Amino acid sequence: MAAKRHSRRRHARERYLRIVGLSAVAAALGMLGLLVVSLTFLGHSAFVQTMVDVPINLSEELIDRGEPAKGNYRKIVTEGFLNLLPEIQARGERREAGKILSPGARWIIKAAVVANPNLIGTTHTFTLPLADPFDQLHKGVIPRDVPQDQRRVSDNQIAWFDHIAASGRISSPFNWGLFFNADSRFPELAGLAGAIAGSFYALLVCFVISFPVGIAAAVYLEEFAPRSRWTDLIEVNINNLAAVPSVVFGLLGLALLLNFLGMPRSAPLVGGITLALMTLPTIIITTRASLTAVPPSIREAAYGIGASRHQVVLHHVLPLALPGILTGAIIGLARALGETAPLLLIGMNAFITSASGGITDPATALPTQIFIWADSPERGFLARTSAAILVLLGFLVTMNGLAVYLRRRFEWQW
Amino acid sequence: MAMAQVAVEMPEVEPEETFKMLGRGVNVHYGDKQALFDVSLAIRANQVTSLIGPSGCGKSTFIRCLNRMNDVIEICRVAGDITLDGRDIYSPKIDAVELRARVGMVFQKANPFPKSIFDNVAYGPRIHGLASNKTDLEAIVVQSLSQAGLFEEVKDRLHAPGTSLSGGQQQRLCIARAIAVTPEVILMDEPCSALDPIATARIEELIDELRKDYTIVIVTHSMQQAARVSQYTAFFHLGVLVEEGETEFMFTTPRDQRTQDYITGRFG
Amino acid sequence: MLLYVFAIILTLTVLAYFHGSRRAASLSAFSDTPLHSRPAYHGAYVAIWAGLPSQVLVLLWVSLETAALDALIAGTLPDAETAALSSSERGLIVSEIKSVARGLIFGEPAPFIVDAAARYGEWQRIAAWCLAASAISLVLLGLAVSQRRITALFRARHRVERVLNGTMVLCSLAAIVTTFGIVISLAFEAFKFFQHVPISEFLFGLSWEPQIAIREDQVAGTGAFGAIPVFAGTFLISAIAMIVAVPVGLMSAVYLSEFARPGFRAIVKPLLEILAGVPTVVYGFFAVLVIAPALKSFGGDIGLPIASNSALAAGLVMGIMIIPFISSLSDDALRAVPQAMREGSLGLGATRAETVLQVLLPAALPGIMGGILLAASRAIGETMIVVMAAGLIATLTLDPLQSVTTVTVQIVTLLTGDTEFDSPKTLAAFALGLTLFVMTLCLNVAALRTVQKYREKYD
Repeated sequence: MAAKRHSRRRHARERYLRIVGLSAVAAALGMLGLLVVSLTFLGHSAFVQTMVDVPINLSEELIDRGEPAKGNYRKIVTEGFLNLLPEIQARGERREAGKILSPGARWIIKAAVVANPNLIGTTHTFTLPLADPFDQLHKGVIPRDVPQDQRRVSDNQIAWFDHIAASGRISSPFNWGLFFNADSRFPELAGLAGAIAGSFYALLVCFVISFPVGIAAAVYLEEFAPRSRWTDLIEVNINNLAAVPSVVFGLLGLALLLNFLGMPRSAPLVGGITLALMTLPTIIITTRASLTAVPPSIREAAYGIGASRHQVVLHHVLPLALPGILTGAIIGLARALGETAPLLLIGMNAFITSASGGITDPATALPTQIFIWADSPERGFLARTSAAILVLLGFLVTMNGLAVYLRRRFEWQW
Repeated sequence: MAMAQVAVEMPEVEPEETFKMLGRGVNVHYGDKQALFDVSLAIRANQVTSLIGPSGCGKSTFIRCLNRMNDVIEICRVAGDITLDGRDIYSPKIDAVELRARVGMVFQKANPFPKSIFDNVAYGPRIHGLASNKTDLEAIVVQSLSQAGLFEEVKDRLHAPGTSLSGGQQQRLCIARAIAVTPEVILMDEPCSALDPIATARIEELIDELRKDYTIVIVTHSMQQAARVSQYTAFFHLGVLVEEGETEFMFTTPRDQRTQDYITGRFG
Repeated sequence: MLLYVFAIILTLTVLAYFHGSRRAASLSAFSDTPLHSRPAYHGAYVAIWAGLPSQVLVLLWVSLETAALDALIAGTLPDAETAALSSSERGLIVSEIKSVARGLIFGEPAPFIVDAAARYGEWQRIAAWCLAASAISLVLLGLAVSQRRITALFRARHRVERVLNGTMVLCSLAAIVTTFGIVISLAFEAFKFFQHVPISEFLFGLSWEPQIAIREDQVAGTGAFGAIPVFAGTFLISAIAMIVAVPVGLMSAVYLSEFARPGFRAIVKPLLEILAGVPTVVYGFFAVLVIAPALKSFGGDIGLPIASNSALAAGLVMGIMIIPFISSLSDDALRAVPQAMREGSLGLGATRAETVLQVLLPAALPGIMGGILLAASRAIGETMIVVMAAGLIATLTLDPLQSVTTVTVQIVTLLTGDTEFDSPKTLAAFALGLTLFVMTLCLNVAALRTVQKYREKYD
């Protein structure tokens, strides 16, 4: 009887441990779920943009054919827009109504006219973005049923907006601007083009440096270096470097690259070098693992017919290890893509309103753009930050997927 | 008794020029452990010399000294001298890489490169620049595969991966690969240990044919194989060369008690 | 211009390769001695001689040119304009000259600046031509010298392989150089900081108020650099993170490696690893947006005042980030325990739970400890989550509901924005950086050693 009770207690303890373990797994996955769901919930609305179709009279009186860039587009846009609301005459009301349209609309029209001067003298219908509060109103983020002084849009403005909407001029197309515009003060115009370009250049520099240097170092340590205290030191050093906090690499970039070597601040060149120093240990470690996975019989075979050490490595070992090396490099780059702190320290959080053109121009990167937007008070940036995060995660998932694919498809099974 | 006498005298009366390779006082250490003790052995041109002995006796170590494969192992130190055509192969003037082109090697387990059959054989000629154009290269590949007795079996699928062949075929591919660089000596380290009897028989026939053109050294753990394929045999035990001589004499009238014990199956 | 020089050098190098290999090949055709090395090696030898020195020249030139030109142009400025200026103001003038020279003119630059800009542009052109000329002549010189060495017996392969070896050695030193770079730059700036602030005050002071006045007329704190509150905040947040992550991570690892069916494991493990791949800036945003408000309103409901940037929120989210580290390292450690131990215990009639708790966990403990140490080092060095979710004011408290600041937060806030580089405020960031580096280094070394020893035990 006692033995039975004892045994039952033991099995109860077993069930208990099982439940604790399962709930730990569930807690971790639950957090992942909460993260993804809350970001999607907040971010999805930024993938569409509320637009309004406005016929604009591009009269020759306001734009000089010889110099289309010098026209008074502000006036052109405002008049065109207010024509949609002909009943408004009072100056104050006209100004209030003008705020419905994005302040950036005039640049859009200017760019269109400069690109195609034949538009001058015609009336052309443009699809223009609404200002952020009305974008949010249309998406239902700003509620209509609270008192006027608790929301950023007035009752008048709502009435006018509804009037325009009733004429079928409001549309919500996919927000291409999110990908093709650079940063802006106005959420409805802000996009990731500058950040994506900056991240691309920084990763390019990072790859160009860390990939060959990492492989060469790994090949040397694995295939050539005699075992000695020196190589042990290098190995310990690499393992430690891989665990140094990223912000310390930012300090290194700031002190060494910017202040000592005088490289340009905020440039993807500096960001890329800093990220390369960070990625290097990862690439060396994964490359060495892939090299050790190549069986010694292949090396012996090549030696046996008189291949030199270099030929053995170059012709046989490296090609066989390449899928593993590439996988490691992609994972390293994916980590570099998400890295923020070092880029903040070297100033890659510049406010750039046009996509940067090169590796030495000031730029911003995807994660730093997220950081900047997360700090902005405008309601519209909240959705944009989440959307930017979703874009960043999209890139990361793609890169990791590619790495997994490479591993599955090409890795040699011994 | 008289025959045994001849066997003992023979190395002395034979002029050194007929030795393709000659090892004198070879000592090998792996780290602190000594693997070979003062081994002296002659390899005769166009003959098959087999090295026999129980596992761990040093026969593989010795064969790997003959083309400096031991250089690849960091902790391995080789002392004593080994000559090829009278020239010391461990002299600093000799490039191990060039040496290995002259003294080729076939390994215990077939180790084709994960490339096509053609590329496996063509690799050696390519790195040594033995073919000046594609036609020459193809000729070398066909010639080597035929010599290794593999051509008929694979001629329709030269571009299939070398790893798709059967075990015996893979080993013959490795032999073809070794032949393709026209070595003078071919070292074989237990080439049949992973093969079935039929595949083994094919390789043994092949070894006999290759003797015309090459000097062959074979490590084997099978005395029967040594008796079948070799003209000369050396018996290693615990890192010491116990006895060497013509195969026929060695198996019929061994001079050393340990050899006697080994070939009669008392240990090993 | 620079791009053209690179392109020309590259083209010439490729041509040199073909020239060298062609020459070697023709040698072999007309003589009886066989070539020692394949023609391709002779080609590579010539190409190295042609390309390498000039590329090194270009790189050196580019890295030194700006500094040299700046110094030269600063030297030619009329004394009347610059005599009264501080070094930083002189630096501003030089950068204005440079932007005028590039064609970026804001307002009306002073005439002496326009003059200097014209001179600067002229010098840049001259420097560029000098660079092109010397680089290309270096290529040709290398080509001429090396191609004469090509003979049948020339050991081109050995030479080329030696150069390759040298390159590889240099690359493998990159990691050492990086570590040295970190240590030297941090120590150098920290040393300058300790000339302003005594090291004892930094290490043991109880008040941290780095916002001192840069100019006389600014209103700011008096400036205090006692880092104890900052360290305390770091440890508080890291400790919360570890309290969250260790049990969850460890129990997940136990469940996944000992109880879960393979199919479940195959799905859940990669999902957990996604948590490790999420960039930290995302976690920071998540903390600010979801966790902190949720905690605050929860605290409001039960009558506890919780700061909106409380240590608890930052620590919780950091804990989530660290879970996968602990779980995957513990998983490795558990799987490294030999199967025989597991079977031995089960064979005695122990339940799975007893096997895990009494045999496997004790056996895997060193490995797990190593993982925990590594995770702690990560928590201390983690930056973005705390920059976004923790506070800026250094409060010396152990109350997780209050706002505290951390080492990394201070580093980032002290160094972003416009700051003069030599002020104690910016230098303080480097002193903090050095402390951070030393702390994490100790943790990493300890962790790696424990794990290493553990691995050797069961290999």
